[in-house]
Order: sequence, then C-alpha cells, then structure tokens
Amino acid sequence: MTGQEEGALSGRSDFQAIAAWVRPDSTVLDLGCGDGLLLKYLKQTRNARGYGIDIADANVLACVKNGANVIQSDLERGLAGFDAGSFDCVILSQTLQAVRHTEQILLEMLRVGREAIVSFPNFGRWDLRLQIALGRMPVSAELPYEWYNTPNVHLFTIADFESFCSGHGIRILERVALNRGRPVRTLANFFGSLAVYRFEKRR
Amino acid sequence: MGAVRPQTLSFTEPLRFRSGAVLNSYDLVYETYGTLNAARSNAVLACHALNAAHHVAGYYADDPENLGWWDNMIGPGKPVDTDKFFVVGVNNVGGCFGSTGPKSVDPRSGKRYGSSFPVVTVEDWVNAQARLADRLGIASFAAVMGGSLGAMQALQWTISYPDRIRNAIVVAAAPKLSAQNIAFNEVARQAITTDPDFHGGDYYEHGVVPRRGLRLARMIGHITYLSDDAMMEKFGRALRGDSIQFHFDVDFEIESYLRHQGDKFSEYFDANTYLLITRALDYFDPAAAHDNDLSSALAAARARFLVVSFTSDWRFAPSRAREIVKALLDNRRDVSYAEIDAPHGHDAFLLDDARYHALVRAYFDGVFERL
Repeated sequence: MTGQEEGALSGRSDFQAIAAWVRPDSTVLDLGCGDGLLLKYLKQTRNARGYGIDIADANVLACVKNGANVIQSDLERGLAGFDAGSFDCVILSQTLQAVRHTEQILLEMLRVGREAIVSFPNFGRWDLRLQIALGRMPVSAELPYEWYNTPNVHLFTIADFESFCSGHGIRILERVALNRGRPVRTLANFFGSLAVYRFEKRR
Repeated sequence: MGAVRPQTLSFTEPLRFRSGAVLNSYDLVYETYGTLNAARSNAVLACHALNAAHHVAGYYADDPENLGWWDNMIGPGKPVDTDKFFVVGVNNVGGCFGSTGPKSVDPRSGKRYGSSFPVVTVEDWVNAQARLADRLGIASFAAVMGGSLGAMQALQWTISYPDRIRNAIVVAAAPKLSAQNIAFNEVARQAITTDPDFHGGDYYEHGVVPRRGLRLARMIGHITYLSDDAMMEKFGRALRGDSIQFHFDVDFEIESYLRHQGDKFSEYFDANTYLLITRALDYFDPAAAHDNDLSSALAAARARFLVVSFTSDWRFAPSRAREIVKALLDNRRDVSYAEIDAPHGHDAFLLDDARYHALVRAYFDGVFERL
C-alpha cells in the first residue's frame, strides 16, 4: 500500500489543502501518485495539467483507469528524465515517510519544480507520543501499520521537517496541520495528525 | 474474432515517396474487424511491424490455423474490443502479402518491380494509410497503434496527421534506430544481397528466390527479438540428440529452432520487401528534420499517448521509449508510460502478458468514453 492509498483511508484530507495551493492552469508533477485521484482532483478543481510518477504496476493501471497521466518510474532513482524548472509545482502526497532517499528526493523536487508541496503523517502527535511513552510503537489512522509490516521507513515530526528545511536551504511558504481533516490552530506538532507544506528553494 | 476476409482497394492517385520516387497506382490489401459507428469515430488502425501484414485478428475460413498476428489483443471482448471499435489492418506499400510491392507487376514494363521498387519510408506508409482511411470514410482515427516498427507508424501519424489521430499506442518503440540496430539490419541485408540467387533484386526473372539470404536474415533478426534469459529458459544448452556429434550440423536445440524459423520465413516472405522494411526502420528519425530535437519534432502532435516498453527488450530498451516520453512531456501532451517487467525481450509486445493487456484494455476504455 502506498501513501496515497493510505490517504484514501483517512479521507484524503490533504487533497483540499494541496488544491488550494495549486494555481489554476499550472503544471504539476505528483510523485508517488498512487491511483491518480489527486491528479484527477487537481484537474477538475484547478484545471491543472498533471503527470504522476509511480513504480507499482497496480498504481500505473489505476491511473490509466482514472484517466490520469502516469509515468512508471522509480522515484528513488531521482527525476533524471525531467528538466530543471519544468513544472510549476511538484507534489509528494503522503509518500515522504515511505521513501529511502528522502534528502535527494526533496532536493530533486525543488530542482524540477518552481515550488513543491509535501504532506506527511505527523509522528509528533500527542497520541503517538503517548503510545511510545507506554512502550509500544504507535498505530493510528494515518499510520495504520504495525512495526513489522509498515512501508514507512522514515518516521518524523513537524518539528523534524522544519528543522530539515532550515538546514537545506528550503524556504517554507505555507503550512497547514490537520487533525481529522480540520486545520489545527495551535501546537501543530502536538495536535496535528497530517501536515501539508508548500515550499521553495531559498534564493 | 471468427472468420475474416481480406479486401483490396486500388488507388490511382500517384503516391509520391519521401525519396522523390512516384508510384502512379497501387493496391492496398486490408482487413477490418467490428463495425464503424454512425459518427465514424470508433476506427482504430493497427500497424504491422517487420514480418506481419494486414491479417491482424481472426482466421480465414479456408485456413483456420492462420490466426492474425495481434489476435490476442484485438477481437470481441479483447483489450481492443471489436464490439466497440472498428479496427483496420493494412499491408503496407512495399509489402509482399497483396499490397503493391517489389514482387508486384509494374504496369509500365509488364515485369515485376524487383529492384526498381522505390525505397519506402515510414512517412510514405503513413501517407498511404491516410489514403486508405479516406476511402473508408475515416476522417480521424480514435487510435493508431503498433509495436516496434508499427509503433513508429503510430508516432509518425501524430506528426504527419495530428488532426486525424486522437490516441497513439506506442509499444516497444524507439524514436530512431541506434547504430547497433542499423548494424543488425545491415547484416540481414548483406545476407540477402550476397545470396547468388538475389540477382540484384530481380530474382523473379530467374525463377529463383534468395532463400539462403532470407533464412540468415530471419535468424539474425530472431535473435534480437528474444532476450538472453528467454532464450536460455526456452532452449538452454539442450541438444537435439543424446550427445554432441563433433560436426557443424545441428547439435543444439537453439540451432534447430533458428533454422526452422529461417526455413519457414524464407518460404513466405519476399526478400526485396525485407530489404525495404529494414531500410524504413533505419531511415525513421522524425527528429532529424528538427536539428535532432525530438521534442520539436513532436510539437505538432495533438494526440494522447500510451507508451509501453518491456524491461528485457534490448532491441528497443525502455530507455529508448523514455526518449519519446520525455519529448511528449516537453510538449505537455497527455501521456502515460508503463515499463512492463516481462522476460521475453522485444517479442513481448506480441505476447499475452496480463499486466500489458490490462493496461491497454484500461486505456481503450478511456478512448471509448471519449469517442
């Protein structure tokens, strides 16, 4: 199961937040696009011209069924086939926690895209902290896996991500933390279950 | 598909080739499957590759063993469903299965064209196909599809007739041949042209066929269609007999297989057509007229694309298909690209692979919805 199928289980609460930041008629590249429903949504709501990238045969087929453009390719090998600055926006929706070359992929996003959007499950939410404090690896709606079957190889928090950005020349343009699909106003890293960021390369 | 029958149309409007040569009149043999709808919007053209022709699906009533070359793909309920689409298969100009080609009689001389038949290109084929479409009342194809050289024709359609093709299905393709690809073709052509029975291409006059050359051409071609793994899997080092015989006749199964393929081929295929088709492959290079910039060559294209490659295809490897995808992305065309992890090599495009067929089926469901 990929990040986006996981998103379906949690109501794909990041779709609206992402769409709000995608400018009308822009070009988008959706990394780890899963079944292509985000691309379809962005086409319907923002008239975005989009392409997805996914490695799994089942997801490529699902994208074609959903009428979304998809390029079968391994994200972990970077975006070598894509020119610098060739997309208005590169999106990574609920996939960052499942990739191995996190640093390389985030930098590739900002090479190919003029700006980038990522969403990820926040490992810093209070109930997950509590589960850890009680001695068990956490399981939640956004992180529904057990320790032995999770595809998520990098678990991180809102604070971790922001620290990464400041250390890698990334300027955060906007942030939304969601809890059960609703924006969290205060203590995002404590109450947010899902975080969505829009960011660019610091100039 | 059931029993089908080929038809022939004669064309009297001269066909000017890319080389400048002109064919004053010519015949095209074709087959159709399914029914053209009232809006004439559901036509699909299936383009053949090197050794196939217009017999794409179904069988002949008097030859039930002779299944079309893409029968697993095209037919009622198949990925390209002939209950929904009207599919056309045509033997290209220069072919040897009924369309005008080197073995046809030149009405000017009363002799077979032989060596005087013009060198034909993918562009020329596509122009002839467009004339056939005119005669069949097809203003625009819902899709043009093909594998290998057939895929090159689909690609050329999007450039030559951007308003007459709504979808291009480009399978196991390259945007142009590599030096290695041309080298293999050259070996095949040398095998034919150095056969003592070739007579400069006019062997018909001598009542002979350069069979040995054709056999060799087919053998070398066949090696490039299969992957090393597939060949090893199928034949390994298996022997025909119980032990090696210390001779140069057949010892290994693979030798026997290649000879059989070569023999079979040399009985039904015309040597001049083989030369022409390999040359058409060599010359295909739509980027050449655009400073070798494929993106610029495809700027005219308006179709949606499905591009498919196979991981074990070393003739037209996935990296070659990605060149096409990159050029389409540069032009912001609608394109989906799948890399099928299949072990069979280049020939995989003809085989019944569940993932490949599911993808084509899903894509054609979309084509049908958009009719």
